[in-house]
Amino acid sequence: MSLLSSSVSITRYKVSGELQKPVTDTLYNGLTRHAVRPIDDEPVEKTAGWTSFKNPYLPDFEGSSFVIGPYLVFSLRLDKKTIPANVIRKNVAIEIAKQLKHSGRKFLSTNEKKNIRDHVAAALIRRIPATPNAYDLIWNLEESWLWFFSNLKAANEVLETLFLKSFNLTLLHLFPYTTADLDLGLEDTEKDRLAQLEPISFME
Amino acid sequence: MLDVAVSYNRYKFLGYEFLTWLWFVMEKRQEMLRKADPDLLSLEIGNRIMLENHRNNSEESITILGDQAGLEEGTLSLRKGALVTELNLVYKSGSHEWRFSIKGESLHLSGLKTPQTGPVENKEDLEGALLEKVFLYEKALALVRNLYKQFIRLRLEPKWGKESVPQIRKWILSRQNS
Repeated sequence: MSLLSSSVSITRYKVSGELQKPVTDTLYNGLTRHAVRPIDDEPVEKTAGWTSFKNPYLPDFEGSSFVIGPYLVFSLRLDKKTIPANVIRKNVAIEIAKQLKHSGRKFLSTNEKKNIRDHVAAALIRRIPATPNAYDLIWNLEESWLWFFSNLKAANEVLETLFLKSFNLTLLHLFPYTTADLDLGLEDTEKDRLAQLEPISFME
Repeated sequence: MLDVAVSYNRYKFLGYEFLTWLWFVMEKRQEMLRKADPDLLSLEIGNRIMLENHRNNSEESITILGDQAGLEEGTLSLRKGALVTELNLVYKSGSHEWRFSIKGESLHLSGLKTPQTGPVENKEDLEGALLEKVFLYEKALALVRNLYKQFIRLRLEPKWGKESVPQIRKWILSRQNS
């Protein structure tokens, strides 16, 4: 989801740790090393990697193009090939008919059918293009916060893993407990009380 | 610090209590809203509110949709012990308006619509638009953060149980009777 869309979803993170210096080089290396790679014409079902905010279909991180004002801005791209179930079913049926005719047999074993299904799926995956989905993020290095423009659980999980791999920094998801614990400036004694809270009922 | 998955599930009640408290504050403690944003013009429930009741091992949830929807069912649900799990808000500050939903268990913002920004026609426009958008997102996020901070501070005080909870209970009962 683009951060310039008319309607956005935001997941907030705190960034834990310090980037290795020189910071711009570390960022550039992390982004290019883990940039999204094309998987069209390859027997790969899905892939994930970084791409440019300004041009999500042609990742380019040259010239510190990921720095905008005081922020780092780039995107996570998730490319996935989805084969409709009916297309697989049709191709499997054709292939089974072909093999029966060729062998002169009346039935194929479960294992043979499974092999055909796997073979058909692999051949189709190579032929169909991947659908790209880019999710923007904005990172304030100085204040150690990051906004990810998606609430999708799967996209957030990929983000957390790829971020750690790329920059050796941990993203701490800010939800009710972690927001209170890490983002509100509570004293240690307040944090202790926070950890002991139990749900209450307003009507008892 | 606790394991992330454990703390997410163990303390999601804080998000539900926060949104329930926020409904009360919007109706009865407007001064707390202005503490969160001195320029605040109004903060109102928008077109969606969800409540869930997990008491007595039962799971009951209701969703109220629509811009001018009546909240009677929500009140009834609160009386049975339900809490607000998701809230759509209309936030006006200065001469601008924001709309967004907050999910209690995660504090995620979704469907966030900011005041309109200028069109993007070239690279310079893009960077300017981005910085303007970030400023506008920050405004909505800061409001939520400041309100949540007030809630947490209150929630950690002994007077939460002695004063705040009875006040909220009284408000729930008065809503039903009004």
